[in-house]
Amino acid sequence: MLKRFRERFTTTDFFMWLIGGSIVTLVVVGSIATLSQGTYTIRHWFDFLVFGLAQGSVYALIALGYTLVYGILRMINFAHSEVFMSGAYIGFFFATAMKKSGFLDGNPLLALLIIFAVAMTISVVIAVLLERVAYRPLRKAPRLVPLITAIGASFFLQETFRTLFGSASKAYPDMNALKGTFALGGPFIIQKIQVLVIVAAALMMLALYLYVMRTKTGKAMRAVSEDKDTASLMGIDVDAIIVRTFVLGAAAAGAGGVLYCLMFRQINAYMGFVPSIKAFTAAVLGGIGNLPGAMLGSLFLGLFESIGPILFLDGLGVPAPYQLKDVIAFTMLVLVLIFRPTGILGERLATTKA
Amino acid sequence: MNNSILKIQKVTKVFGGLVAVNKLDLELAEHGIHSVIGPNGAGKTTLFNCITGFYKPESGDIIFGDHLLVGMLPNRITYLGISRTYQNIRLFSNLTAIENILVGQHPRLRAGMVDAIFKTPRMIKEEKEALEEARRLLNFVNLKGKGDLLSKNLPYGDQRRLEIARALASKPKILLLDEPTAGMNPSETQAMVHFIRRLRDELGITILLIEHQMRVVMSISEFITVLDFGEKIAEGTAAEIQNNPKVIEAYLGRGAASGLSQKQAAAAA
Amino acid sequence: MLKRLQASNWYSALQMGLLGGIIAILVSLVGMVEEFSLRDIVFNVIDMGQTILLMILVLIGNFTYRRSQSARSLNKWLEAALAGAVVGLMLWLLVLLIPALNMRAVFLNASPRLIQILTFGNEGVIALVLMLVVGGIGSLAGAVIQTLPSRYSNAIFQGIIWVALIGLLQELLQVILTTLGAHGATNWLFGDKGLSVVGAVVIFGVVLALTLYRSGNRTTLQARIKALPPASQWAIRWISFAVAIPLVWILPTILTTYPTDVANSVGLYILMGLGLNIVVGFAGLLDLGYVAFFAIGAYVMGVLTTTATGPNAGQIVWGPQFTFWEALPISVFAAVMAGVFLGIPVLNIRGDYLAIVTLGFGEIIRIMAGSDFLKPYIGGSQGIVEVGVGQIGPMFFNSPRTLFYLIFLCILLAFFISTRLRDSRIGRAWKALREDEDVAQAMGIHLVSTKLMAFATGAAMAGLSGAIFASKIGSIYPHSFKLLVSINVLALIIVGGMGSIPGVFVGGLLVFGLPELLREFSEYRLLVYGALLVVMMLTKPEGFMPEATRQQELHDAMSEGGAAPPESAPKLAKSPAKSGS
Repeated sequence: MLKRFRERFTTTDFFMWLIGGSIVTLVVVGSIATLSQGTYTIRHWFDFLVFGLAQGSVYALIALGYTLVYGILRMINFAHSEVFMSGAYIGFFFATAMKKSGFLDGNPLLALLIIFAVAMTISVVIAVLLERVAYRPLRKAPRLVPLITAIGASFFLQETFRTLFGSASKAYPDMNALKGTFALGGPFIIQKIQVLVIVAAALMMLALYLYVMRTKTGKAMRAVSEDKDTASLMGIDVDAIIVRTFVLGAAAAGAGGVLYCLMFRQINAYMGFVPSIKAFTAAVLGGIGNLPGAMLGSLFLGLFESIGPILFLDGLGVPAPYQLKDVIAFTMLVLVLIFRPTGILGERLATTKA
Repeated sequence: MNNSILKIQKVTKVFGGLVAVNKLDLELAEHGIHSVIGPNGAGKTTLFNCITGFYKPESGDIIFGDHLLVGMLPNRITYLGISRTYQNIRLFSNLTAIENILVGQHPRLRAGMVDAIFKTPRMIKEEKEALEEARRLLNFVNLKGKGDLLSKNLPYGDQRRLEIARALASKPKILLLDEPTAGMNPSETQAMVHFIRRLRDELGITILLIEHQMRVVMSISEFITVLDFGEKIAEGTAAEIQNNPKVIEAYLGRGAASGLSQKQAAAAA
Repeated sequence: MLKRLQASNWYSALQMGLLGGIIAILVSLVGMVEEFSLRDIVFNVIDMGQTILLMILVLIGNFTYRRSQSARSLNKWLEAALAGAVVGLMLWLLVLLIPALNMRAVFLNASPRLIQILTFGNEGVIALVLMLVVGGIGSLAGAVIQTLPSRYSNAIFQGIIWVALIGLLQELLQVILTTLGAHGATNWLFGDKGLSVVGAVVIFGVVLALTLYRSGNRTTLQARIKALPPASQWAIRWISFAVAIPLVWILPTILTTYPTDVANSVGLYILMGLGLNIVVGFAGLLDLGYVAFFAIGAYVMGVLTTTATGPNAGQIVWGPQFTFWEALPISVFAAVMAGVFLGIPVLNIRGDYLAIVTLGFGEIIRIMAGSDFLKPYIGGSQGIVEVGVGQIGPMFFNSPRTLFYLIFLCILLAFFISTRLRDSRIGRAWKALREDEDVAQAMGIHLVSTKLMAFATGAAMAGLSGAIFASKIGSIYPHSFKLLVSINVLALIIVGGMGSIPGVFVGGLLVFGLPELLREFSEYRLLVYGALLVVMMLTKPEGFMPEATRQQELHDAMSEGGAAPPESAPKLAKSPAKSGS
């Protein structure tokens, strides 16, 4: 019996459980310590919660692109962060122009729609170009090759935007209509902009989900993600479906980019990197290839990131815990991949082995 | 079946809702040639994957000597003496033929990092022997002179034989061959049959074979197991299988034209 | 109407022209043309900005010609010229639109100077005509080159490349030639900036003649060496080593301080490249957090040797005083340990996730290094200053020249280790892993431990590089360890050829040496790397110096007797089985 156990339980397993166990212990001890100190009131926690949800909604919009493309091509579209950034960046120029002419504050709804339309269009154009130029010729290449191409494309786009428009960060114009807060009674106050972000993202996700689940194109997408060859035998134009997948993901990312900018009010060529890597984490967290999983994972990650640093680290006496929020997100990614590599809801892909 | 080398007991493997292998019992006689046949999707390759450790069966035991193979890592199983080939050839395509064989010898070699960096006498000797053995294997599978070609540049039949040579390099006790004659013409097939016999006769390796060509199966096998929908429907010698009504039904009942013609061909042979 | 147009050959020429126009406009608007116009290739004749535009024209002409379906070559030429003219037209439109739309408000580089460069200082119709003509001629040249026999077009191509290269590196070469005493040669070869006209013509002529002569000889040098018996091949290899090493050894005495410093930076990158080549090139594990090991090496060196310790004297409260030489192996060891500890959880993860997880790990290290949390120990965002310097007797390793020797020796060591490992059982296991992980496992290769070895070896080299880096710079800050470093090293090994050890050196020189010497380039470095990664993967995924295959079934072995069966299997099979149980 012992022999059987020893042949199966490797040192690797031991290490993994050791690492996982110690992190969980840390989290539990930290949380208890923070909560027992009582520095933060219920109002603080509510603010963290709403902020986390808003952040998570943006992640979700980006994560959809990762999860859709991964579902179909089994490829991490590393340049998706630039798809996200490019839309928001071009949207910025329209927003500033409209701010100058007074249109932005005169017709806020229409102006917002224009910004969204521009951003989504640009994101879609960039994504389609990427697919056509960089990914399609490499579809049959070894796994590493398209991944490296994607990394190269990502840097190329980033630097193109930086050199075209300058390195300095620019401030997104603020909209008077989105200033201020809603009081929800008691200590609970919520910012208008956060409401907009959460609602808009939820609507986008719902539309996208219905599109994939209910329409003929959506069905074709799912078929292609199951088995490209069979799908093409069934008369599905695989190339066209792949392009549409990129379009969908890019549209969501473009919208997410605008929401992100409205929330954080800053823009530069490197802004895509961090939220996108988080969004990818979220997609993995929810089970990559799985749309509801990506949404759920994103909300979860957003909350985790906004509440986590204070909850886990403040009680342990770590100075400036917010500096470490990215560390928490990445640690979570590693933990998920170790202990539940198929994510919370499980992958929707048939992982073929051997 | 007096001295069996591998015992498979009540192995079940499920994918989602599909039972790919269902409570399968199988015993491999030492130094025998044992075939597994059955229509497409009968669970033959799944069985191979269970034996070599790529799949973990939901239940059941696979016993090899005094080792339980279920749940063991594939590399460990190879190390114990079971190696395999693949239905769709899976060579290391950017490695030369001889490098492929050298990789196959991996579990038999000992040199570690320190040996490699300092080129210790032990490693030099080991490498020399490994290279000689690789050349011998290359000759054995009639690939002499093609050792320095990238394996992806070899013709199809050569790739099949190279894959077998690579599997032999680990000095296995049991060799699992997954459709070794797939895509071959009759004369190539004949040569392969001859070659498989030689493996057993000259090297004394126990062979477990998945095969679709009935002619091959009937002429080479000492024992045959027939699978259908993951279950064993018959087993016995070639003659017993040919006359088994269940087997005929499995092939004919499905109306698969290819199965029918092969069956007739086998009966004629 | 449109259909007929689409069917005609002019349509594809138009398409190519549009494509070229877009590229040319992009290159202009990102500011490359203007920035690079400061560097002359041939003094007062042509600068690098113009060269880039010209190259676009030539390539467009060349492609148009090759893709053309026309039967007559005259038509093909005309099509190429049309494509070039379209590029010219589009640039002219850009020139018109820049002031009209006040494009500078958005595109920072749409400056009057750019317009001046593009129009050759002219205005109105003259500018248009000039741009169309130059565009047409440029592309026509590209087409004409294609019509020549490949021998000649290749030679012309080589000639142009060498002229450009020597023109660009004028400053450095002038210094070297002067030190070597060839003062006279520099005067007529070079102008104030770039080559002189005479120099350009002479270099072009010499390269042309040499290339033609060599291509006439058919067999290349490499092929001739390969034809020799193994013993003489071996001898040639050692003789070339024996010549090359002293040459490199005297390099710092020829070069001035700045080029030596550049060489040192390149050397540190090559050292990292050798390590990453093991991880990515041999074992096929895409590690995007490679900078983490570099950072760990640097930080361990910094913490252990800094003299600025104590709450008042410096940022760090704790500082055991070690010397450089004591700290060096500790840094390497720390990097290896980090590699192992990261590797154990991470290497079980499915292939494509590895890139993201390692990237995350790299970021974790950088964020931790800059956080207030660890500030008392490693300095936070203020970093560590006064990092220790190596010393042997009276020699201090803090000048570029002395560091050069240290780095050179480290590279030799890493090169040696890489080569040995590549040709061993472990190297084969890595390659098998890269090709097909499942099958490698079925061949008896233990995945995690084999991957760990690659990871740890790679980490060691990065740690070594980082430790020397810390001592070389004298101070370390978290922002030196961004993701960019990992990407740079990745670009290096991809340009050189994944898995190819000589490729690391070629990649290092091309990807780091050249841009370091051309300071105008630094702004566009990542832009070019990004494009380079994409283009390389699309057109030449094996790199400029592809991994060579080894000849192992040697000729002398072929004469041995017939198809003897291998030793009987069961006899030998027992030994591994026994030791395994």
